[in-house]
Amino acid sequence: MNAVSTDLDRAAADAFATRENLREQWEGEASTSHLVQQGELDLSHNVILYLDDITVSFDGFRALNKLSLEIDAGELRCIIGPNGAGKTTMMDVITGKTRPDSGKAFFGQTIDLTRLTEPQIAHAGIGRKFQKPTIFEQHTAFENLELAMKADKRVRRTLFAALFGDERDRISEVLRQIRLDKEADRQAGLLSHGQKQWLEIGMLLMQEPRLLLLDEPVAGMTDDETERTAELFVSLAGKHSLVVVEHDMAFVEALGGKVTVLCEGSVLAEGDLATVQEDPRVIEVYLGR
Amino acid sequence: MRTPFTIRLIQSMPRTGWIALALFAAITWIGVPVAHLALPEGHPLYLSAYTVSLLGKILCYMVVAVAMDLIWGYAGILSLGHGLFFALGGYAFGMYLMRQIGRDGSYQSDLPDFMVFLDWKELPWYWAGSDSFLWSALLVMALPGLIAFIFGYFAFRSRIKGVYFSIITQALTYAAMLLFFRNETGFGGNNGFTDFKRILGHSITSPEMRVTLFALSAALLVACLILGRYLVTSRFGRVLAAIRDAESRVMFIGYNPLHYKLFMWTLSAVLCGIAGALYVPQVGIINPSEMSPANSIEIAVWVAVGGRGTLVGAVLGAGIVNLAKSWFTVSFPEYWPFFLGFLFIAVTLYLPDGVVGLWRKLRTRKAELPPAAPVSARGATTATLPADARPGVQPDATVMESGAPSIAAAKGATA
Amino acid sequence: MHRLPALQILLRGVLLLTLLVGPARAALDEGMVAGFAGDFQSRLDTIEALGVAGGAEGGNEARRVLDALEAGALGVAGGRVVIVHGDTVAAAATGEALDIAPAAVEPVTVNNRVRRALATARAALALSSADRGERLAAARTLADNTGETLLPVFERALASEADDEIRGVLGRAAARVYLASGDAARRLKAAEMLGESSDPAVKNLLAALLAKNGNDWSEPSAEVRAAAEASIRAIDRRVATAEAVGTLFSGLSLGSILLLAALGLAITYGVMGVINMAHGELLMVGAYATFVVQGVFRNHFPAYVDWYVVAAIPVAFLSAALVGVAMERLVLRHLYGRPLESLLATWGLSLVLIQAARVSFGPQNLELANPTWMSGGIEMAAGVVLPWNRIVIVGFAVFVLLLIWLMMQKTRLGMFVRAVTQNRPMAGCVGVPTARVDTLAFAIGSGVAGLGGLALSQIANVGPAMGTGYIVDAFMVVVLGGVGQLAGAVWAALGLGIVGKFLEGWAGAVIAKILVLVFIIIFIQKRPQGIFALKGRFADN
Repeated sequence: MNAVSTDLDRAAADAFATRENLREQWEGEASTSHLVQQGELDLSHNVILYLDDITVSFDGFRALNKLSLEIDAGELRCIIGPNGAGKTTMMDVITGKTRPDSGKAFFGQTIDLTRLTEPQIAHAGIGRKFQKPTIFEQHTAFENLELAMKADKRVRRTLFAALFGDERDRISEVLRQIRLDKEADRQAGLLSHGQKQWLEIGMLLMQEPRLLLLDEPVAGMTDDETERTAELFVSLAGKHSLVVVEHDMAFVEALGGKVTVLCEGSVLAEGDLATVQEDPRVIEVYLGR
Repeated sequence: MRTPFTIRLIQSMPRTGWIALALFAAITWIGVPVAHLALPEGHPLYLSAYTVSLLGKILCYMVVAVAMDLIWGYAGILSLGHGLFFALGGYAFGMYLMRQIGRDGSYQSDLPDFMVFLDWKELPWYWAGSDSFLWSALLVMALPGLIAFIFGYFAFRSRIKGVYFSIITQALTYAAMLLFFRNETGFGGNNGFTDFKRILGHSITSPEMRVTLFALSAALLVACLILGRYLVTSRFGRVLAAIRDAESRVMFIGYNPLHYKLFMWTLSAVLCGIAGALYVPQVGIINPSEMSPANSIEIAVWVAVGGRGTLVGAVLGAGIVNLAKSWFTVSFPEYWPFFLGFLFIAVTLYLPDGVVGLWRKLRTRKAELPPAAPVSARGATTATLPADARPGVQPDATVMESGAPSIAAAKGATA
Repeated sequence: MHRLPALQILLRGVLLLTLLVGPARAALDEGMVAGFAGDFQSRLDTIEALGVAGGAEGGNEARRVLDALEAGALGVAGGRVVIVHGDTVAAAATGEALDIAPAAVEPVTVNNRVRRALATARAALALSSADRGERLAAARTLADNTGETLLPVFERALASEADDEIRGVLGRAAARVYLASGDAARRLKAAEMLGESSDPAVKNLLAALLAKNGNDWSEPSAEVRAAAEASIRAIDRRVATAEAVGTLFSGLSLGSILLLAALGLAITYGVMGVINMAHGELLMVGAYATFVVQGVFRNHFPAYVDWYVVAAIPVAFLSAALVGVAMERLVLRHLYGRPLESLLATWGLSLVLIQAARVSFGPQNLELANPTWMSGGIEMAAGVVLPWNRIVIVGFAVFVLLLIWLMMQKTRLGMFVRAVTQNRPMAGCVGVPTARVDTLAFAIGSGVAGLGGLALSQIANVGPAMGTGYIVDAFMVVVLGGVGQLAGAVWAALGLGIVGKFLEGWAGAVIAKILVLVFIIIFIQKRPQGIFALKGRFADN
């Protein structure tokens, strides 16, 4: 059975329940039933994320201003930009937390992100790591991963859910990967800041998303941890697509992917880090401070 | 490879828990009936009708407390309107009890006395079927469940949380109380329902009926505890607690918090409704004051006194506060409000984890274990982490994330 | 007075004649008072005639005779009407002394009918008074006791009267008389004139014209009937408008109370994130403080008792603020960051405060007297009265709002309060003494609640549980208005007050409350953050 299409079935069922206003709800329903016919994530043009002309304003202030961006399947993209450039708002739009005032946001060729709720987008295959590590502090590291695990996440399933052996193995594997295998039964709230960052990354991995959005993933990590994170991300690229927002230039350099510079809500420059760093406009607004 | 459901159900509670439950069941199903029915009145272990009814009443309160703990302790949603669901269950069953009076009321009419008094000629449409025990039993669960579902759907959908939600539930029960106070609403107005005669044709005041109701209440409590325990140890329970601690994270890993909250909320209301239905025949009256906001808040205090998020704490808290109440209101009626008021304050200030938390703390100290630093279950608190000093990190990032909602405007202007 | 006995006709003839021919002079014509010598009915007629004629001229003379009548000094001796002044007897009309012994005078009896007639006559005389108030009162008295005989008075007064209100009263009174007239033209004019009224009683009068007596209209002329119908419509319109204004006003005054209750709540919630369930009890503290001040004034400064309300303003503010500071220092401070627990703890505080009030002041409701300058009200059309105490409360709320606004916008403390409301850690970082700000903000919020209690004490009973009735509504105001938003609180309070009152008129108080609640829940669906929604990346954190 095709995993993604069941996710989308669920998304369609969920669409009924949650939308902020009624009209959107009806439209949402229409669009998701359209989605079901389209089937799984369509990567036929090798583009996994497609943002076009997105504008978001808060009380007249434009957080995103006609932002257009494309991420290729399997790509590792770094987004940099000064404070207030709209990086977090962009992630909010992609994950459904903020609705754009105008513009298009597509996941693959067919999934319209502006019509889905946060859980539906998560099901469709987008995982997000927050700026501040948000994990479930009352749960153990193991439980954190279990909750994040790709599974049927409807109420009636979780009521009777029990772990299969292979699921246990998968969690243990990720625990090793994020070097928390010794902390598996520790309450997540008691982990160090860097460990929490890793745990959140681990949760993302458990979700098995196609696209990972990582907002300052190495903030609060030691240099050693940062280095290992970079290695992990590079190894993930190809199978997954990654969008990393970072301020740490050394880390960005270590990742080595294409770099997009955001400024005042739109793309200022794009290219590899060296090219971007030489761009006089970039130097002026960001690097040359 | 997957553990069977029954095993998981049994595993959800430690052995001591099962033993305690069995003991409790033995006392309530065998001990109390024997003490009330078989022993002569002078016997030191004899339980009077008053005591049995009082204990039965408290058992019902304990069920409500468990229902409250499930939604407050585990989902972090403080309801100040649970008294409404309790009263709705009571009213739903009260309608049946009123119909069972038959022509034995003071007006010897087929209609309940208060309707005759209001000069009504026939039953209102919503009383249809109230003479059927089964229909009433269904209504006892369906009515609070439905109201809770509709209200919860709209409240959770618009992401009303924290104190906002609490206040709105309080307004809900307040409005319902006003509604039920009206004579025209058709539920006996001020006086509510009383003077019940029988259930299923059996006299309501007979010792056998009293003991049956008591044992049923105890059975309900046991069932609630097992159910509750299973729920909170299941993955469902973990998702619920995760929603309490970091709702947006839950959404971004693909759970829809609305459904989870709504399920727990509705279930909690249904449990309250059943408790209310068992409560009414034991105390012999139901009136709108059961819906007063004060009653609902008291439920929260039972849970707080016992210890939130522990289930057993809810049971203990309801027991302690209500026994104290029945003693105070007889001995020092003047001082009960003072006592209750100071109890609210003292518990929140000095016993954030209730009696159970205190006991646990004492036990750990006795065992001279290194402080395990249990993170207390303060649902609403999200730890504010110090802003990281690492260069390159926006120094204001952490502060902004944890700031009050109003920061958004300021941030929106600078973002 | 439909039947005119021969004697009366005669008397009136004489009377009119004397009026027409009699030159202006100080004394009355003998004929004018001659009626007092006649039978009871003729005396009544004479009294009335004195009033009617007196308005034209010789008002003082007529008044002199009426005064004497009222004092029991008017009598009849030997067929002449005389006034007894101690030992002397004078002719009533001219005042010329007569050689008659006081004992020989038979006094004119004064009974209730005579007194009524006297009142009417005096009112007729007072219509020419220079004082507007006297004229208005006189017009009202006459309007209540109209009769055809008074028509000349109305017409004369209408010809000279410049004041609209008095003209209105007189016009309606006259129109009533005309309506009974046999002349269709007169009735038509009357039906049209009555349309200017707003009195539901007048409407009944007109409606009587439209009634059918078997197959016959009680009013034969179709033209008059049409005019009556138009007038009824006009009256209905005016009554409806007046009632709407009245409802709007009571909504406004309820909104003002809610605003006073909610302002404090909004401040404390905004600053500390704490819903203070004992806020209603701070209202109660303010109200009891007012009660105590009233007691002090009654016992020690009875001369100034009217001003106790003013003296109570600082007392109510300070006592509530004091209680608030104690609450903040002793309890809330230690629950920072635990809003749900704070909610329970403050509820506990409210229980304690209510019981403390019950123990110290007794469980019964106390009623405070309005000062005289706050009693009464502005009467609008159709019996709708805007009571002064409510008007004062609306003004008071505006005044308090202004003070709070100035404090928030113009003072250093206000700046701190706003800073802490927006971002507590940041404010702390830049040196705002957050703990002091908390205490002060709580004191001010509580003090404003105390002022709310003061206002409430002027329109409602003061009792231990008085706060609980308003607190749910005040919470709704805060929920609706949005956190820490003064403007939001103002709009929400007025909106809830006015909408609530209109719904109340339409569906009853309880249904209105439920409808308002339903409305709030629906509203929050649309704007979860209140009227003045905050938008942005962290709006829902």
